[in-house]
Amino acid sequence: MKKNVYFGLYLVIALLAVLPFVVPNSFYLDLVIRMAINAVIVLGLNLLIGFAGQISLGHAGFLGIGAYASAVLPTHFGWHPLVAMGAGAAATGLLAALVARPIFKLKGHYLAMATLGLGIIISIALRNEAQWTGGPDGMPVPTMGLFGFDLSSDKQWYWVVALLLSISVWASLNLIDSPFGRALRALHGSEVASQVVGVDVVRYKVAIFVLSAVFASLMGSVTAHYVGFVSPNFADFFHSIELVTMVVIGGMASVYGSLVGAVLLTALPQALATFEGWETVVFGAILMGSMIFLPKGLVPTLASKFGKGE
Amino acid sequence: MLAQFLQFLFSGVTVGATYALAALGFTLIYNASNVINFAQGEFIMLGGMLAVYFTQAGLPLPAALLLAILIPAIVGVVVEKLAIEPVKGAETVTLIIITIGASLVIRGLTTVIFGKGTHSLPPFSGDTPIEILGATLLPQSLWVLGITALVVVALWYFFNRTLQGKAMLATSYNRLAAELVGINTSWVLFMSFAMSAALGALGGILITPITLTSYDVGIMLGLKGFVAAVVGGLGNGLGAVIGGLLVGILEAMGAGYISSSYKDAIPFVLILFILFFMPRGLFGGKSTDRV
Repeated sequence: MKKNVYFGLYLVIALLAVLPFVVPNSFYLDLVIRMAINAVIVLGLNLLIGFAGQISLGHAGFLGIGAYASAVLPTHFGWHPLVAMGAGAAATGLLAALVARPIFKLKGHYLAMATLGLGIIISIALRNEAQWTGGPDGMPVPTMGLFGFDLSSDKQWYWVVALLLSISVWASLNLIDSPFGRALRALHGSEVASQVVGVDVVRYKVAIFVLSAVFASLMGSVTAHYVGFVSPNFADFFHSIELVTMVVIGGMASVYGSLVGAVLLTALPQALATFEGWETVVFGAILMGSMIFLPKGLVPTLASKFGKGE
Repeated sequence: MLAQFLQFLFSGVTVGATYALAALGFTLIYNASNVINFAQGEFIMLGGMLAVYFTQAGLPLPAALLLAILIPAIVGVVVEKLAIEPVKGAETVTLIIITIGASLVIRGLTTVIFGKGTHSLPPFSGDTPIEILGATLLPQSLWVLGITALVVVALWYFFNRTLQGKAMLATSYNRLAAELVGINTSWVLFMSFAMSAALGALGGILITPITLTSYDVGIMLGLKGFVAAVVGGLGNGLGAVIGGLLVGILEAMGAGYISSSYKDAIPFVLILFILFFMPRGLFGGKSTDRV
C-alpha cells in the first residue's frame, strides 16, 4: 500500500526532472511553470473540498492577499520579498482563522455564499485601494532575491516551482494518511458520526481551511514574483471558480487528480485561443460537459474503470 | 438632509426590486431542485440586451418586451433540460460548476451576437423626474416598483390559490412525497426554470433604462440576487423579496453615506454579518438534521 502510494510521487518527480529538457521553447516552459503553480494551489484546495467536503468559492481572494503582499510590501516599504511573502501568508492565515469559526457553522449553499462573499470583498478592496495597489491596472512586482542571487530566468523559476510541487504532493499524500487526514475524511462522510467518535469537527474544518488558505497565499506570492506583475483579476470570483473547477475536473479527494485538473485547465485557455471570439462559449460548454459526463472527475473515473484505486 | 436620504432610498428601492426579482428566481429553482443557479444573472443581462435589440429593430415596446422575456425563459428551459436534469442528485460543487458553465455559454454567445458595447433603453414613459420632498424620482422607478409589486402578488396567488402552484410548493417540501401523490416533478423543474429565467429577464428589462446594460452586467446582478435570496433565508419567497429590497437600500445608503467605490462590496459584507449571527438568513428558521 505504502509503496503504491509513493510510486505516483516518484513518477511526478521523474517527470518534473525531465520536462525542462524536452519542452520545445520558452512558451511551453512558461505554461508548465503556471501549471505547476496552479497544481500546488489545487492540492491545498482539494484537501478542503475533496477530502473534508467543505466548499470555498473565494480562494482566489487568499491568492490575491499573498500576491499583493509580495507586490506592495517590497515596493512601498522596502521589505525583503521573502519577509513580505511570509507576512502575506501570516495575514492570510490570520484572516482565514478569524472568519473560519463563524463560516464553518454554515453548510452547503450558505457556506458557498459566505466564502464567495469573502473573496469578492477582498478583490474589491484590492481594486479600490489604488494608492497602494495600483487599482484596476495592477502593479509591477520586484524581483525575488534568494540568498544573494536574483530569481529571474524561467529556468530558475522552474526548479523552484518543481521543488514546491514535489514537496506539496509528498506532504498531501502523508497528510491524508495521517490521523488528521482520516479525521477530515470522516467528517466528510458524516459530521455527526465523527463527532460521536470524538473528532472535534469545527477544529478540523478550521485547520484545513487555514492550511489551504496559506497554501494559496504563498503560491499567490510565487506567481506575483514569477509573472512580475499583479492585477485585481487575480483575486476575482472567476479565478476562484477556475480553481474549484480544477479540483472537480481532476477528481475530488484525489491527489493526482489535482495535478491533472490543474494541468488541463491551465492549458485549456491556450488551446481555445484558436476559437477567436468563441473562447468563452467553448470554455463554458467544456465545463458543463465534463461535469455532466464525468461528475466524479477524470482520475477517479479512470481509476475505477481500470479496477484499481489510487 | 431628508431630501438626500429620500434620494438614496428611492434609488435603493429601485435597484432592490431587481435584486428581489433575481432572488425570487434563485428561490424558485432552489425549491424545485436544490440547485443554486449561478446563471441567474445572465437572464437579467439577456432580458436587458434583448429588449434593446428588439426595440432598436423597430418592434413596438410591448412586443419587444414580451420577446425579451420569452427568449430567456426558453434559454432557461434548455439549460434545465440539457444540463440540470441529467445530473439529478449530483454534488453541490458539481452543480455550481455546471450552472457557471451555462452562464459562460450564455455570456459568450451574447458577445458573439451583440458585441461588447454598452447599450441603453429609452424609459417606458419619458424621463421627466417627479419631485417628492426635495428628492427626485424617475418615472422608470415607478415602473420597476409597480411591475415588481404586481409580479409578487401574482406569484403569491399562483402559489397559494392554484393547483399548479401548490404542486410546485409540495415538490419543494418533499419531492418523493409529491411524486407519490401524482405530481409530475419534472414538469415542476421545467416550470421553475422557465419562471425564474423570465423573472430575471423582467428585472433586467425594467432596470436597463436607469442603469444601462452590457454583456457583463449579469455577474454582479446575479451574485447580489443570490445574496438577497440568502439574506431572506434560501427557499423563502417573501424572504427573497424583503432580502432584495434590503440589499438594494443598504447598498444605496452605503454608497451615498460611506463610500461609493465600495458600493459593490456592501451586499457581501451584509451577508457575512447576517450569516455569522443567523446561519440560515433572516427568515430561514431553525433546521434540524436527521442523521
